[in-house]
Amino acid sequence: MPNWVRACGANDVEAEDLVRFDHGDRTFAVYRSPDDEYFCTEGLCTHEQVHLADGLVMDYEIECPKHNATFDYRTGEAKRAPACVNLATYPVKIENGSVWIEI
Amino acid sequence: MPIDACRDYSLTGPNAKASGFGSAEWYASPAPRKRIKELMKRSDRLALTNYGTWLGLVVATGVLLVAVWGTAWAWPVALVYGVFYGSGADSRWHETGHGTPFKTRWLNDAFYHLASFMSLRNPHLWRWSHTRHHSETVIVGRDPEIAFPRPPSIGNWVLNLLYIPAITKELGKMVRIAFGNLTEAEKSFLPESEWPKTFAASRAHLLVLALVGLAAVTLQSWLPLFLIGLPTFYGSWLHHILATTQHAGLAEDVPDHRMNSRTFYLNPFFRFIYSNMNYHIEHHMYPMVPFYNLPALHEEIKADCPPAYASLLACYREMVPAVMRQQADPNHYIRRPLPAGAGATPTYERPVIAAE
Repeated sequence: MPNWVRACGANDVEAEDLVRFDHGDRTFAVYRSPDDEYFCTEGLCTHEQVHLADGLVMDYEIECPKHNATFDYRTGEAKRAPACVNLATYPVKIENGSVWIEI
Repeated sequence: MPIDACRDYSLTGPNAKASGFGSAEWYASPAPRKRIKELMKRSDRLALTNYGTWLGLVVATGVLLVAVWGTAWAWPVALVYGVFYGSGADSRWHETGHGTPFKTRWLNDAFYHLASFMSLRNPHLWRWSHTRHHSETVIVGRDPEIAFPRPPSIGNWVLNLLYIPAITKELGKMVRIAFGNLTEAEKSFLPESEWPKTFAASRAHLLVLALVGLAAVTLQSWLPLFLIGLPTFYGSWLHHILATTQHAGLAEDVPDHRMNSRTFYLNPFFRFIYSNMNYHIEHHMYPMVPFYNLPALHEEIKADCPPAYASLLACYREMVPAVMRQQADPNHYIRRPLPAGAGATPTYERPVIAAE
């Protein structure tokens, strides 16, 4: 049974940026791409568990603020060391001006 | 901060197991996310202006060295060429290792590999070593880049001011790694998946140096070696004199870069050579900010940081007596004053595991 959770308002995320969303004891990162698509990944870098929400979104990549590990936030793929493990990604939908993620 | 019997700087000793700083919350001076985002933005234009100028100066002084080779002018020209080559490359190895100067990744990577060779550093081993240095800055038993373990050796310090022993060690390391040998300490921060390319990089560096050596023998001239290879030995001294200020004499085992790193003001020429790393607190606190935006970041957070030192000389005036004193009193370190209203340093007590 899908479990959709409201993460934030669609306008809470600027284009080419991300916000942090905590749910229970889990943390997520919600992205808005330069062409206004939304994506969601787990919120911590797979290298050293740093919150990605303080990082930099460039086009379709998120760069970790601590060591500059880079991921493609659309697929979760680790693109640059020191990240060697991909990020988990989650389905996203926009409804009534809100971003919902399936967790 | 007691120095316990198990205090051990090795990466495979008891303190290596005891530290939990990798997951610790490091202090960050507050700054609006919007402003930090602006400062984190990369610019190929700004980076190419700096890197193009630097490479142009290396080539121009190199051509001049060829032109005056065999005359008395060769020595002063070699000194200038060496500084652009050795010291300029070292700071640019560091910046491109962070991946921050260029927006275009291949430009970062291309300059990273060039500067790694010019500073005789294995690009993969050093990338991971430096990653650990940023995770656990000046944490005993975890940071592989602590330059002044206590008690410090003044003899080593004086010798290393010219950087020659450290570079010589780096050359030995290159040969060892080219033969596929890593130390246990290196294995502690370098994932096994990175080993093949680490070995390949050392082999490639050795091959280039061997070709340069062959050219020197064929031409019966030292000139090829003075152009490629030796400048790392005779030209890195300026970078090292500047970089010594980064953490020497300051606190260990504290999750606050304001306490273990040093920011100071520096003239524009040295800042060009050193890629603005005199803003070292800022660099550690926000490592995603490219070097050309560090002065602006300094303005943004300086009210929350200890006062910047007025000059390189001011750093040495404080650092030298402190390091001298640490020979007899390893507990001594420089306590940096925070301005009124600054955020408090997080408390952290390093867990200690008894030696096995």
